[in-house]
Amino acid sequence: MATFQSLADAVASNVFDGDVVAMEGFTHLIPYAAGHEVIRQRRSDLTLVRMTPDVLYDQMIGAGCARKLVFSWGGNPGVGSLHRFREAVEQGWPRPLQIEEHSHAGMAARYVAGASGLPFGVLRGYVGTDLPEHTATIASITCPFTGEQLTAVPALAPDVGIIHAQQVDRCGNVGIWGIQGVQKEAVLAAKRSIVTVEEVVDELDPRVRVVLPAWVVSSIAIVPRGAHPSYAHGYYERDNDFYQAWEAVSRDRAAFASWVDEHIHDTGGFAEHLALVDRQVLPA
Amino acid sequence: MTMQLVEEGPAATTDEIMTVVAARELRDGVVCFVGIGMPSTAANLARHTHAPAAVLIYESGTIGAKPTRPPLSIGDGELAQTADAVVSVPEIFSYWLQAGRVDVGFLGAAQVDRFGNINTTVVGDYAHPKVRLPGAGGAPEIAASAGQTFIMLRQSPRTFVERLDFRTSVGHAEGQDSRSRLGMTGAGPQVVITDIGVLRPDGSGELVLTALHPGRTVQEAVAATGWPLVVHQALQVTASPTAEELRVLRALTAGVS
Repeated sequence: MATFQSLADAVASNVFDGDVVAMEGFTHLIPYAAGHEVIRQRRSDLTLVRMTPDVLYDQMIGAGCARKLVFSWGGNPGVGSLHRFREAVEQGWPRPLQIEEHSHAGMAARYVAGASGLPFGVLRGYVGTDLPEHTATIASITCPFTGEQLTAVPALAPDVGIIHAQQVDRCGNVGIWGIQGVQKEAVLAAKRSIVTVEEVVDELDPRVRVVLPAWVVSSIAIVPRGAHPSYAHGYYERDNDFYQAWEAVSRDRAAFASWVDEHIHDTGGFAEHLALVDRQVLPA
Repeated sequence: MTMQLVEEGPAATTDEIMTVVAARELRDGVVCFVGIGMPSTAANLARHTHAPAAVLIYESGTIGAKPTRPPLSIGDGELAQTADAVVSVPEIFSYWLQAGRVDVGFLGAAQVDRFGNINTTVVGDYAHPKVRLPGAGGAPEIAASAGQTFIMLRQSPRTFVERLDFRTSVGHAEGQDSRSRLGMTGAGPQVVITDIGVLRPDGSGELVLTALHPGRTVQEAVAATGWPLVVHQALQVTASPTAEELRVLRALTAGVS
């Protein structure tokens, strides 16, 4: 049954060094506040799982939290490269980063298998590409009914699944609307889960399309604007300026390090970081 | 290079010519799985000009999105707000793409080879890349399962290569019937739109230069291609963007960097 906790307590009681951690949110509802808290608590040796490691995982990789990345697309959407991710892969800084690389369809199938309690997922995918040569978790399988050659990918079963959502009711039932990504699958596939939410409500909004019942969520933390600079449909827009400004911050090791200190290590929580963001235009 | 003058307004830029020519490839009513960047801009231009009934699908799960301006990311809020349906990511790839409900997959690329195979993964060696690119995203399965694919990228010896550093998504594989022997349901790349011109596959699946944009030359196209480029006998010149196409495109992208 979901426990209402502070975000610091939720991370402290669910995320441990060496864990496999999936933080999902497909452009929308990316759990930035929770990711910052993982950095703030200096978790390390994590295997980070995410379809679209964007700026959040760039921050976590640059901060040295990750040993391995399982992903399907790593970029700053509409802007360009993830420089911390690239430097980790290309130069092993701040530490070497192992990668396990898939396609979106493959990652989605892996989450569905995990949420379904199956050992693997199946799809028409990867055939003729160079991905199977470099990714051990892609295998060919023959359909026992038609003989068609298909592709199998193992289930994702993270230690922790972390998402952000718009609402939770007082019983702990979580509600999401707008782009839903693999939020539901990430929670159901994981052993433990943290959901940060915009607000507590007496009754979930009628626009809610996805409900995660309280009894499948481990910890809930109320974190208004906890998905910034991504967005929460119905609450606030995507901060495209932040994503564009990240290009300059992340390009340079020293600029990145001082940003992490100023915005994460030297702040007591996400609200203080947001206050900094609101006050300043990011150094360009 | 000749710039096309239009009434009221500066000449078309190279990017604008690419976008306009790409947009014209989309017929009205087409169901198009749209990649971010120039493909998305082109698809939205088509929807705002000759193809108002085009159905735009983004991998974020938005089906029938009708943004007023091209989104910065494939998951911008306006896509969900204006969509006919918003479904989960597993659903968009399984029920909609894999099941064959998409007519055209519209992709960008970092590199292509002569058979329209795509690299968006690495430049250089995989284990020690010179440049680590974003990776596959939705492209491998879009390239496999969409009825056909359209590709947009700028043409240079670094992008039009004899041999891909990594094959992320399959075009016509090694040519001839090698694509269909892989079991792919879609027909593969039917057009590649570059800043120099337009290429289409011949009977063997090899990309052939079939059109040049106004003012561009065969020599430029050959010099920008890393394999011996075949030029179609009946080489065409693409029609310059009309004043209306440019007006709509510029209105769409106004304020978008």
